[in-house]
Amino acid sequence: MLTIAGLNTHYGASHILQGVDLEMPQGRISAVLGRNGVGKTTMVKTIMGLVAPSSGRVAVGGTDITGWPPHRVSRQGVAYVPEGRLIFPDLTVLENIKVGERPDTAWPIDRLLKLFPSLNERQANRGSQLSGGEQQMLAIARALVSDPKVMLLDEPSQGLAPLVVRELARIIKLLRDEGVTILLVEQNMKLAEAVADELHIMVKGRMVYRASAEVFRAEEATIRARYLTM
Amino acid sequence: MNTLAFLLTQIVNALSQSALLFFLGVGLTLIFGLMRIVNFAHGALYMLGAFVGYSLTKWSGNYWVALAVAPVVVGLFGAAFEFAILRRLYRRDAHAFLMVTFGLALVVGEAVRLTWGPDALQVPAPDLLAGVMFILDEPFPLYRLFLVATGVIVAVAIWQFLERARLGLLIRATSQNADMASALGVDVKRVRSAVFGIGCGLAALGGVLAAPLVTASNGMAATVIIDAFVIVIIGGMGSFLGSLIGALLVGFVQVFGNYYLPDLALAFMYLVMLAILMVRPGGLLGKEA
Repeated sequence: MLTIAGLNTHYGASHILQGVDLEMPQGRISAVLGRNGVGKTTMVKTIMGLVAPSSGRVAVGGTDITGWPPHRVSRQGVAYVPEGRLIFPDLTVLENIKVGERPDTAWPIDRLLKLFPSLNERQANRGSQLSGGEQQMLAIARALVSDPKVMLLDEPSQGLAPLVVRELARIIKLLRDEGVTILLVEQNMKLAEAVADELHIMVKGRMVYRASAEVFRAEEATIRARYLTM
Repeated sequence: MNTLAFLLTQIVNALSQSALLFFLGVGLTLIFGLMRIVNFAHGALYMLGAFVGYSLTKWSGNYWVALAVAPVVVGLFGAAFEFAILRRLYRRDAHAFLMVTFGLALVVGEAVRLTWGPDALQVPAPDLLAGVMFILDEPFPLYRLFLVATGVIVAVAIWQFLERARLGLLIRATSQNADMASALGVDVKRVRSAVFGIGCGLAALGGVLAAPLVTASNGMAATVIIDAFVIVIIGGMGSFLGSLIGALLVGFVQVFGNYYLPDLALAFMYLVMLAILMVRPGGLLGKEA
């Protein structure tokens, strides 16, 4: 569903993504793990068109979207839940969702408000008045309203209480079961382990490991020590 | 003249002055909020509105046609300018904008001089508004009352547009975080063109409305641009409500200052601005401190 091939991204003189390859099968949850600063967020931003790659290719469902501006990537069916949620602070909950609304979406607003009861109660509140957990749910609802084929989630568990992370895991699996292909980028292993069908590990701008959830569990101790521990 | 009637006259004068200033300030602040650029050409577009209004009135013999059409013409010109030139500069630093919009102000100024000549041109108020109305036995020029009413209508219309219209929502979202808005499918470039056009159209509306009061003249750009900046700075750059409050403050300070302390009226406006900035460095409703 989402294919990345030989992706290179530079910020000025620093070479952030150094030939990233990633293949995400449709309807699965692919998690990308890695330490802080290895380029996970840059990869997500490059897919979204917020950062221009210097070379390589990004394709969604066979359509080459490399170098497209973000709004076209979005309309091609890629939704973005950014690190730090980036809720519009002065818009209400309902307005935040409406920004991304499209006609004929499979996720109309009333369906989203049923899926996220806490947002339903706080429809008229401003984004800045929500708790971290509520903001995360809003960021997902706002992405979902565009009826995406692929959803990119960047560090969604950051700063959330364990109970909220569990709810987040439930929602992410539910979206997969509804047919949304999910890319989950995480520094924190817990959420990734709980939901991922496939795990990838990124080190210094490259993918160094790929395995199914079962294989990963068997090798976890070694992999963790080699790539993820400080 | 009794005190109450005098006060009432001055208040209507101040409100009508505020209305004119508001048309300028609100466009300037919307443009700043969205693009983080100061449009130096705003005063020139206000003047262009007055001259286009003059020609339209002459050609059609009807002020109302000018009032309806001139803002649209200037607004489209503004949107086209954004599309053709400003759009290429967003990734550069703010100096490029200052230079380019300042350049536009000069070009528009010269173009107006070449097209309409150096003399101030009379734009007669429509017959309907040429007379006076008596309140407490005092005569009020109908045109000033009309300006106040127009100011209220336009302010409410912009407010409702920003709150309820789809484009209004996208403008607010883009002002708060343009990258996030575009990642949600909003074509930010089109929003910017639209806002620049709307802002220029509002400045022109101010120009057409001011013309019967002050004539259309080459000097009118320079006088109002400073007032417009003061309004935006007082209200807080990017704030719609701030531009409304700023326009009212400046309008009242100018009219009452001119009456009581004519020598210090101009200084008084800056003193008010200074006092506000000392207490709230970002302006009354501004975000940045």
